[in-house]
Amino acid sequence: MVPPLDYETLKLIWWALMGFLLIGFAVMDGFDFGVGALIPFAGKTDDERRVMINSIGPVWEGNQVWFVLAGGALFAAWPTLYATAFSALYVGMFLVLAALIIRPVSLVYRSKNPSPLWRSFWDWGLFISGVLPPFLFGVVMGNVLQGVPFEFDLDMRATYGGGFLSLLNPFGLLAGVISVAMIVQQGAAWLCIKTDGDVQARSIRFGSISGFIGAASFALAGLMVWFGLINEYAIQSGVDPSGPAYPLSKTVVLQSGAWMVNFWNAPWMWLAPIVGVGGMALAAIMLRASNGRLALVINSAAITGVIATQGFAMFPFLLPSSSHLASSLTVWDASSSHLTLFIMLVAAIIFMPLIIAYTSWVYYIIRGKVNLEALLGSKESY
Amino acid sequence: MSDTIVELSRLQFAITALYHFLFVPLTIGLSILLVIMETVYVMTGRAIWKDMVKFWGVLFGINFAMGVATGITMEFQFGTNWAYFSHYIGDVFGAALAIEGMMAFFLEATFVGLFFFGWDRLSKVGHLIVTCLVALGSNFSALWILIANGWMQNPVGAAFNPETMRMEVTDFYAIIFNDVAQAKFVHTISAGYVTGSIFVLAVSAFYFLQGRHREFAKRSMTVAASFGLASALSVVVLGDESGYAATEHQKMKLAAIEAEWETHPPPAGFNLIAWPDVERRENSFEVKIPWLLGLIATRSINTEVLGIKDLVEKTKGHVKRGLRAYKALQILRQDKTNKAALAIMEIDGKFLGYALLLKKRMKEIKNVTPKDIELAAWDTVPNVLVLFWSFRIMVGLGMFFILLFGVGFVLSARRSFEKNRWYLWIALLSLPFPWIASELGWIVAEYGRQPWVIEGILPTFLGVSNVSVGQLTFSITGFVIFYSALAVVDLYLIIKYIRRGPDAYLGHNTDDQIAARPLHVMP
Repeated sequence: MVPPLDYETLKLIWWALMGFLLIGFAVMDGFDFGVGALIPFAGKTDDERRVMINSIGPVWEGNQVWFVLAGGALFAAWPTLYATAFSALYVGMFLVLAALIIRPVSLVYRSKNPSPLWRSFWDWGLFISGVLPPFLFGVVMGNVLQGVPFEFDLDMRATYGGGFLSLLNPFGLLAGVISVAMIVQQGAAWLCIKTDGDVQARSIRFGSISGFIGAASFALAGLMVWFGLINEYAIQSGVDPSGPAYPLSKTVVLQSGAWMVNFWNAPWMWLAPIVGVGGMALAAIMLRASNGRLALVINSAAITGVIATQGFAMFPFLLPSSSHLASSLTVWDASSSHLTLFIMLVAAIIFMPLIIAYTSWVYYIIRGKVNLEALLGSKESY
Repeated sequence: MSDTIVELSRLQFAITALYHFLFVPLTIGLSILLVIMETVYVMTGRAIWKDMVKFWGVLFGINFAMGVATGITMEFQFGTNWAYFSHYIGDVFGAALAIEGMMAFFLEATFVGLFFFGWDRLSKVGHLIVTCLVALGSNFSALWILIANGWMQNPVGAAFNPETMRMEVTDFYAIIFNDVAQAKFVHTISAGYVTGSIFVLAVSAFYFLQGRHREFAKRSMTVAASFGLASALSVVVLGDESGYAATEHQKMKLAAIEAEWETHPPPAGFNLIAWPDVERRENSFEVKIPWLLGLIATRSINTEVLGIKDLVEKTKGHVKRGLRAYKALQILRQDKTNKAALAIMEIDGKFLGYALLLKKRMKEIKNVTPKDIELAAWDTVPNVLVLFWSFRIMVGLGMFFILLFGVGFVLSARRSFEKNRWYLWIALLSLPFPWIASELGWIVAEYGRQPWVIEGILPTFLGVSNVSVGQLTFSITGFVIFYSALAVVDLYLIIKYIRRGPDAYLGHNTDDQIAARPLHVMP
């Protein structure tokens, strides 16, 4: 069967769809992470913490699927990237997985025993699993932008250089800070909507500080790229956008300023970094004005801007190799086959609107602030 | 690829997969039982059924959290530890996993929150629909995972592409409607239903033995015994042995399960008990039932069931053809359009994987001797001893489940659970059995697939990531410590909630109010 869309177009569509899934993950699971990260700061008493946890109680499981789906779609659409990135970043991925394993059990198990020691143990679990994944994802994205050491042989078997500690370079750490900051603000905006009183006030305070830090760090990272302080890559020759997905036939060079080229060629792309910096700051201002809904919408736009900025800067690169330039993975040579991309697109067209529809319905059903009285009287609450 | 890395990668996968599957079948089974109980509640309006949904629902929730948490590892472990596998077959396998996410896991996870938090915000029917969607999601999830796994056992609808050095989809329908995948799906969800039913049966028996929550336990046991009986029949009758005739290696797996070293004239006898001697390639002891194997495996009395030694002879031929394909592939790498090489790939390309088996003993495939081919062919024989006994214990347990539920069904019809304490004890002590059966089932399926990770396509030892022994030791140690701690906490909570019992949820009824009602007018 020959798909009705050509290969090059499908590769481009999937680049956009993967961006959408990544943004969906950061926006939706983001506020769950943010709430977890804010637990020690915004919740001082057990009741306050329960209100915070129960604000995400009905939705965190659904939100987490954005992460699982992003992983599955990465496997399906860019199998070579899925294979290479996760094995090259082995220890980092293990730490993310560990944090993501602690989170569901912490949420569900925490309030099933009244002992303060038990509860404080799982509160730590929630805090760590709220901070560590966004931080590590940020660090990873910061390193993706600079290139990661790996090399393919002719059988497409990858070997890796570097280790976990080499990820913790200044630019990587800065990206980690941006990620945590925007996620904390996302959580604070959610808590501003779902809670009142002290929890709300503290969330606003910590969230907006975090938002300003995020905006400043993102601007700083942008300047670092602008002034050529990190490795940048450009394709020299040998790429056929509609050709088979085999990375080794192209030549790639290190080129200062390469990550800015797309912005100069298509100035509309500047919208992404502007929304990223401006959105985080504006969301912080909205948060200070206690307008949680607007803060959540604007901060979500800011998250979109931040992720899109990286996508635009690197396009068509997905994962440059710092040790063997030709092994670098791009949109054109890391994707799955023509037919698979098409089948996956059909599946996405059928299921994504359904998912968005029923997720919206669930949010509609659970609308309103978390009520402490109802919470304490219920057997099902966390 | 060092053997240590291969062995450690396999060990980690086995630990994390078997651990994950401690939670999966209970989720699948309890989700359907919750639907049944809630349907009775909605149809009759009797509050005790709502309380049952709530009580079993809390246990479902504790288990569900562990299933989700350990499932995340599974979704990402292919990339971290099986990078070459992921590259080689991601075009097919990844698609199934991604569709699982979109079609099933999203549904299940989005509505499970409303299941717990939606009681006061939804109408009765609305909540029932939510419960149904959770169950539907769990079952769809199993469907897509088993389509992915079925493809590893019987890789239909895909072909090797020399330009990208990987398998690519050619026919997606064939992948979805793969016989092996469909047989595995029915078998696995039925096993889940049995697990859920025995869980409910055993916990209810515990209450009866303690003489408390009798009305609650009686109804729970009735549902579990009837649903469990149907499921146990399905799991045995629709066992996935039918799928074993599908392909060459599935035939090898069947021969290993049955410890059939030689081909016997049809219809072959069934080794009820045997002690396979893997070194000497014969059984040191066997008790045979005539005809039975031929009947089960081929559904006929005149089709041969090939023995291991004859299958190995055939495999030698595959290795030789694989070598031709491998040589053609080397030519194609220099010259993509070489007609002769393309023609060879056309004929022998599907045996390429058999040549890759040789890489176990040689770094570069060259100067291959008949001895090398013989060793590679014998490598395709899985561990007969382990398969033979794992399979027999699993099937024995399956038979026992039919009996257990059958007796339970009769006792529930006669309303005489309480008079038969022996049955209550047996039901309680049967609690671990469905888990043992499920895990052994996976050992038969996956250990039995060795040396292949994708049957006939990619040997397991080639599939791993080039990570270091240190990294693997770190992650395995981490998983073991982590998973052990979580197991303790999970068991503690489940036992705590079982001991506490359903009283907290019985806001509307007491045993006394309804105790006078005879069972046949129940619910």
